[in-house]
Amino acid sequence: MEYDVIIGLEVHAQLLTETKIFCSCSTIFGDKPNTNTCPVCIGMPGVLPVLNKKVVDFGIKLGLATNCHISKTNIFARKNYFYPDLPKGYQITQYENPLCEHGFLDINVDNTVKRIGITRIHMEEDAGKLIHDLKSHRSLIDFNRAGVPLLEIVSEPDIRSTAEAYSYLMELRQLLVYLEICDGNMEQGSFRCDANVSVRPKGSVSFGIRTELKNMNSFRHVQRALDYEINRHIGIIESGGNVLPETMLWDAVSNTTQPMRTKEESHDYRYFPEPDLIPVVVDDAWIEEIEKRLPELPRDKRARFVNVYGLPEYDAEVLTQSRSVADYFEQCVSLLNSPKEISNWIMTEVLRVLKEGSEDIKTLKVTPEMLVSMIRLINDGTISGKIAKDIFEEMATTGRSPELIVKEKGLVQITDEDILKDIVREIIENNPKEVDVYKKGKVQLLGFFVGQVMNATKGKANPRLTNKIIREMLKQ
Amino acid sequence: MLDIARRFRVDNISPLDITEEILQGIKQDPLNAYITVDETGARNAAKEAEEEIRQGSDNLLLGVPVAIKDNICTKGVSTTCASNILSNFVPTYDAHVVEKLKNSGVVIVGKTNMDEFAMGSTTTTSKIGPTKNPWDITKTPGGSSGGSAAAVAADLCAASLGSDTGGSIRQPASFCGITGLKPTYGSVSRFGLVAFASSLDQIGPMARSARDVAILYNAVKGYDPKDSTSVAMKYQPTSLDGLDMRGIRVGVPGAFFGEGLSTDVEKAVKDGISVFKELGAEIVDIDLAYIRYGVAVYYIVATAEASSNLARYDGVRYGLRGNNADDLIDMYIDTRSSGFNIEVKRRIMLGTYGLSAGYYDQYYRKASQVRTLIIQDFAKAFEVCDIIIGPTTPTPAFGLYEMIDDPLSLYLLDIYTIPANLTGLPALSIPCGFTKEGLPIGMQLMAPAFREDILLGAGISFQDHTRFHEKRPQWNMM
Amino acid sequence: MKISLSEVEHVAKLARIRLNEEERTRFLKELNSILDYMDLLSEVDTIDIAPTTHTQHITNALRQDIRRASQPLKDALTNAPETVDNTFVVPMIIK
Repeated sequence: MEYDVIIGLEVHAQLLTETKIFCSCSTIFGDKPNTNTCPVCIGMPGVLPVLNKKVVDFGIKLGLATNCHISKTNIFARKNYFYPDLPKGYQITQYENPLCEHGFLDINVDNTVKRIGITRIHMEEDAGKLIHDLKSHRSLIDFNRAGVPLLEIVSEPDIRSTAEAYSYLMELRQLLVYLEICDGNMEQGSFRCDANVSVRPKGSVSFGIRTELKNMNSFRHVQRALDYEINRHIGIIESGGNVLPETMLWDAVSNTTQPMRTKEESHDYRYFPEPDLIPVVVDDAWIEEIEKRLPELPRDKRARFVNVYGLPEYDAEVLTQSRSVADYFEQCVSLLNSPKEISNWIMTEVLRVLKEGSEDIKTLKVTPEMLVSMIRLINDGTISGKIAKDIFEEMATTGRSPELIVKEKGLVQITDEDILKDIVREIIENNPKEVDVYKKGKVQLLGFFVGQVMNATKGKANPRLTNKIIREMLKQ
Repeated sequence: MLDIARRFRVDNISPLDITEEILQGIKQDPLNAYITVDETGARNAAKEAEEEIRQGSDNLLLGVPVAIKDNICTKGVSTTCASNILSNFVPTYDAHVVEKLKNSGVVIVGKTNMDEFAMGSTTTTSKIGPTKNPWDITKTPGGSSGGSAAAVAADLCAASLGSDTGGSIRQPASFCGITGLKPTYGSVSRFGLVAFASSLDQIGPMARSARDVAILYNAVKGYDPKDSTSVAMKYQPTSLDGLDMRGIRVGVPGAFFGEGLSTDVEKAVKDGISVFKELGAEIVDIDLAYIRYGVAVYYIVATAEASSNLARYDGVRYGLRGNNADDLIDMYIDTRSSGFNIEVKRRIMLGTYGLSAGYYDQYYRKASQVRTLIIQDFAKAFEVCDIIIGPTTPTPAFGLYEMIDDPLSLYLLDIYTIPANLTGLPALSIPCGFTKEGLPIGMQLMAPAFREDILLGAGISFQDHTRFHEKRPQWNMM
Repeated sequence: MKISLSEVEHVAKLARIRLNEEERTRFLKELNSILDYMDLLSEVDTIDIAPTTHTQHITNALRQDIRRASQPLKDALTNAPETVDNTFVVPMIIK
């Protein structure tokens, strides 16, 4: 039997604010335990939360970028449950009236565009971090993360495959990074994803029983866990069983999902409006203010790169992966109107250097000016493309200009026909056997002669001219 | 308070002498008004005040001995809320009001007894045992700010801070024959007040006279960015002059004089209203149809908020930890079961139930809607009057353990004080007479939001024409 | 009866409170009498009445995203029942 897969995703994005959502402690990751805490984020008696405006700004930003309706009146709620990483015994979150609702995100799957609904985006606080010490049978708590702002982004159950889920997550993460509101780091937990999964026989209209899937902390884990869980559901159904509505944890060691052991606890969060926080009213002026500063979104940028610069879809996709790379590209194009050539250099050399050195493009030694100068040197015949690769390498390590490198190392291309003829003549004399074979009709040997010339000139010979001269001289 | 300020300057009495006198009095206190006394802090503050007075400062609060209810955080001085669960808790921060008082130069002598977590109206549920009423030690001083009220009445401080969630300042003020103000919600910062019910809690001043209350209120009120519910506006100091009552419309709600009101109280309050009439006020009958639902609304909303506010006492970061250390859930349960008293548990249970799945709409939501109707009721009443007057409590102080086994009957006695908390309106209790047995009786004045000037002005005028607030309990005369 | 014994037990569990036999019986009786009294509210027509959460109609109490010094580490830990290496310690959560 064939099945429909129904997936809804819940993403928690940690925001790049300086301070926590309800107090002025730092949000920085990796500090000594409990050093970024105060009576508010540790839940001491009598203290009160005060909302960080930037969290609302960021929420509106994402809401606009995902075509959401922004709620005019926002209230916070308390979600009550006991857990040692939750200092107050409740999490301050939004329940009724989330900041953003009814949006969507377009994703690309198999070269077609699919629209995934966004149910809601709301603001809430993160919990602290627990470290379990098996030896002493104790759990240690660090509250540095307690109170770090989160946006929870809930999708509609519109996702129909693991591939779509992957594409949605990539698109969403790229958007968050573009908007500069989240660093998107899944391994460090600043971008976290839970999934709701169910399957139903193809054509059926009612939904199957769904399970909640947690503990997937990389994109690869999400894919594997979803695949596993989908197959598990199908397996149960085909063997005549019933899927239980439970929460499953992905176990990256065994590559399986395991039911989360729920201890007696039936969840009853007793949500009610947070009396310590007053409503946040987002008026049109506030929204316009955010809208004005909204950067071009990845999808729009991609389309523009194709339409304006005539780049292939693939190039546009690669160049717009990151906002700074796209900016780099556009700076180059503004200096030299040769988009495809520039794109080729960025996609190969620039991105390679960035990846190898894990460097940021903003600190890359090869500035757009330098890259463009180098391309100009190729185009006016001063250097060959092969030499250019060496020059690029040199620029990336030393930061010196291509002109200087060419001059110092004597890398100027040899375009003088007489010099080249002398070299070719010598090669012909030294390789009589190959000349003989060539002349008998094995013209593929041309490459051998070109290679010899390049060896002799350390690659400086103008390739086009070299070809021409070799052909001419071998005719004689 | 005013007379102490005068003694400092006219009689050349030193703040240090007064402080020693007070500390001495507290040592012999048979009332159990204090939980913690900060002798060192008090003496240091008194020395500083002495110096400033010598230099000619006319700040009336300088060197005045003030007591703080034990649910208001004091840096370095234990703050227990009269609960076992916080018996070893020492805050590393001051409540906003404490910071303000310290800056104004008062001498904080200590922390006063209360009902555990301010849940009660008798000051009998404290971990250190009950506070007794200085007018009759077999009677309750009221609560939950019973320690703060008794301390003022017995001259164990010049003034005090209490907190009022459903009457916890006004009812003990009334039982102890002093003046107490529950300010407009949002006019005094709640930062550092250990929360009972966040939408109802308000810190307020307690003292013998309305003038002293006004002085202390001026010192603690004001916008505080650390409390999101604090109202940002310009706070004018409240005048210490009496209000000219001519033309002031005094609303008297029939609903405040119904069944259950003791005849002594009824008579004293009606006499009090006559005093205002003689001073030129116009008396108008008003209708407050929805206040009969006040107690039900209050005990749903307050317990719901409390059940959540008290979740943080889990033995993890501070306070008591239960004995069973091997399992987390058991640790939680041991901590909370041994840390809270029966009344606190009862309210946590009630509040948890009212918010739980399937009951939210029937209880919490319904109560919050009726709350709206009560607010509208008062808004309408204040269209036809400037001030509403009635009894603070249906009865005078009752026996210390008289009501202990009947929670509902005890809750029902909060009927007159609860509306001010549900509506956020300011309310003042002033002494207006005595029972045949000599127990004090209080009268409650209510005004529109942020009109403490009317309340205190009327209170001052009343006290300029009466002597009830000057009478002291006999035990102190010995 | 408004609330049953098993509901009393459930609520106690939610609130992390253990009730002994006497408390259970007592709360069952008391909570029922209080909840019976609360029935008074059912006579009020609240259709289209907005619930009140805050009595003052103020909005947007917001803070700028400016960092301020956190408390000294010893202040964070000073009241803690059990600490190790600057962390708070609890019995291990059963996994």
